[in-house]
Amino acid sequence: MNNNIALSLVIVGVVFDLLGCLGLIRLPDIYNRLQAATKSVTLGTCAILFGVALEFGIVSSGGIKALICILFVMFTSPTAAHALAKGSHTSGFKLWEGSKVDKLKKDKEK
Amino acid sequence: MFTFFFVLLIIASFMCLYRVMVGPTPPDRMVAIDILGILVVGMCALYAAYTKRGFYLYIAISWAILSFVGTLALVKFLEGRGFDE
Repeated sequence: MNNNIALSLVIVGVVFDLLGCLGLIRLPDIYNRLQAATKSVTLGTCAILFGVALEFGIVSSGGIKALICILFVMFTSPTAAHALAKGSHTSGFKLWEGSKVDKLKKDKEK
Repeated sequence: MFTFFFVLLIIASFMCLYRVMVGPTPPDRMVAIDILGILVVGMCALYAAYTKRGFYLYIAISWAILSFVGTLALVKFLEGRGFDE
């Protein structure tokens, strides 16, 4: 890559992806894994896509495609994570025994 | 340079596949599949910049949408609801 800003954005994105997947391995239960993996991998992939858009040139056809892809990833990935967390809580998967607060359970008991 | 990035992303993908293989509960595997889809989107974008061809970004866009739809279908299956609600 010849553009320094694009190169540094891609490096930041790859490091965020790697750390998110490390959290997916290391953390104890489903909610912690969701918390670690989804946010950082979404940010990392958006950084990679923005770097690729800068590499193509932001008003060229490749750049506009990469920006549309950023829009899709930023809308769909948190929605999927929210649905997954709510679904697994509804179908009764337990929290880790070190977890302190469960406000959704408290809301459901009301 | 690009080889280094691809190797790091493939290591991350194998971490996700490890979680798919040993994950104790079904939602763990679903999270890992979702994350793997987003990683593939990033890999397609990097490959588009590597080969200087824009049409790999079409693959990235459609992969993002299809991964989202697949995760929502799996969540409905997890909650025990039908597909018509």
